[in-house]
Amino acid sequence: MSFFLQFTIDVLALGGAYALMALGLVIVYGILRLVNFAYGELIMVAGYSMYLTSGSGWPWLVMAAVAVLMAMLAGIATDYVAFRPVRAKSVTAVLITSFAFSTLLQNAALLFISPRPRNVPLPEIFSETVSFAGVITPARNLITIAATGVLLALFSWLMRRTVLGIAMRAAATNFTMARMLGVPANLIISSAFAISGLLAGVVAMLWIGRIGAVVPGIGLGPLLIAFIATVIGGMRSLQGAVLGGFVLAFIDTTLNFTLPQDLLKFRDAFTFSLVIAILLWRPEGLIKGPASGQRT
Amino acid sequence: MLEVAPMLEVAGLQVAYGAIQAVRDVSLTLAQGELVTLLGANGAGKSSTLMCIAGALPAAGGSVRLEGADVTSARPEVMARKGVATVPETRDVFPDLTVDENLQLGAYTRRRDTQGVAEDRARMFEMFPLLAERSGQPAGTLSGGEQQMLVIARAMMSRPRVLLLDEPSLGLAPTIVDQIFEMIAALKRSGLTILLVEQNASKALAVADRAYVMRLGRIAAEGTAAEIAAATDLKALYLAG
Ligand SMILES: Nc1ncnc2c1ncn2[C@@H]1O[C@H](COP(=O)(O)OP(=O)(O)O)[C@@H](O)[C@H]1O
Ligand SMILES: [Mg+2]
Repeated sequence: MSFFLQFTIDVLALGGAYALMALGLVIVYGILRLVNFAYGELIMVAGYSMYLTSGSGWPWLVMAAVAVLMAMLAGIATDYVAFRPVRAKSVTAVLITSFAFSTLLQNAALLFISPRPRNVPLPEIFSETVSFAGVITPARNLITIAATGVLLALFSWLMRRTVLGIAMRAAATNFTMARMLGVPANLIISSAFAISGLLAGVVAMLWIGRIGAVVPGIGLGPLLIAFIATVIGGMRSLQGAVLGGFVLAFIDTTLNFTLPQDLLKFRDAFTFSLVIAILLWRPEGLIKGPASGQRT
Repeated sequence: MLEVAPMLEVAGLQVAYGAIQAVRDVSLTLAQGELVTLLGANGAGKSSTLMCIAGALPAAGGSVRLEGADVTSARPEVMARKGVATVPETRDVFPDLTVDENLQLGAYTRRRDTQGVAEDRARMFEMFPLLAERSGQPAGTLSGGEQQMLVIARAMMSRPRVLLLDEPSLGLAPTIVDQIFEMIAALKRSGLTILLVEQNASKALAVADRAYVMRLGRIAAEGTAAEIAAATDLKALYLAG
């Protein structure tokens, strides 16, 4: 019994972080039909914001809020710098500019801060463990689960109950029609990038909470995870991204528990094999998403 | 003497898809409250004209004026804000949004007028009881006729001054087509200015004040609905598509 509880907590905590990463990527993809390769750098920006404000003496929550805000601003900046100038031209152009912006941000961190890991302040509770019902788990895991629950609820409320959210869902299926109803294209795109940044910022707090340090390449792992999770879940569906995150975490955690010690270092190879199997079975991902798909 | 600018005035309009010149020279005028139909064979350039007026396609030449103000190649959201509502031929409901959410988005430009929007929503549901029954259902699950009703109702939610309608009868059963034309006539009676693109010429001419016939990207004929209906060469213009 306590094993299953332990397993469930692990899957939910890891899956929650994965789901938030995937959601941040797919919210932009859904609207622009473009993968934002600079997404990982939003996580990096939040991390360095924590590092840079660590001497300020602010309470941790204030530093975290500033870091999330920075990630949101960096998200909106991604649109203005990498997407907006070339959006109308070609898919390739945007892919290249988003790669370039990602590299630019990483190199700025290398140059102006350091290639070496920089410590990030963490609240006490992140390093505490909790034991209940025969389970011992880091408090961080429970915080992650709670944060995921709150954010998913907030996100779902935004997308279903607000005009902006409904307009974003509409724009994801037919951007031109949404615009012909008066929905401003730039508002929708900036909002998508801001939400993407918000999710990346929160993910950064949870993700960096595991390591306690930030490096210029910190965003690569989350970008890859987000990408795989959205491919599993279905690139076109917000629910799919969340589902994909939890499925990926389920696979990872199961392998963690079942693989013998000497095979554990090949865990990712096993994970990817399973991902390929899922895609052979369902090439469009688990959840298909809306039918139409013209790009703007 | 005070000159009243027409509600919508298109002059020398050109639209191109890369090297393909879809609209070569189109001029048309809609007076306030007029129902004008734009006829022509498949591929004549009717939809391109309409989508260009709506701001969804850039003009390669010519001009579009709304009550005298130049709105050539304005962004589609700007056209919507200025009171031009568009129902494209592709009948674009948002399939995964509910019927209600589709209507709500129709009122995007006046979303702060919550009371007015609620009243209009109730009015639409009264006019289309079928939509009321399915208000919580994803719009993608509606039949073709119901989807057409929904897109027209959605367009009306913005309380437009001009309605651009592209082939609302396309692919629908005859009884539904009659219903749709009755609705168009009712909208006209309410004072709305309407540009109706149709291939169903006889039905369109029966409700329209005036008509233009397009052929190969140009206006080939124009006149009152009665004149165009009586013109014996209309068939020839058509078939020559
Ligand atoms: N997206 C497009 N790309 C290239 N050519 C197009 C496109 N849409 C329409 N056309 C061409 O433009 C011309 C006019 O099309 P359209 O405006 O749809 O005519 P209609 O509505 O009168 O049937 C046609 O020759 C058509 O093939
Ligand atoms: Mg057409």
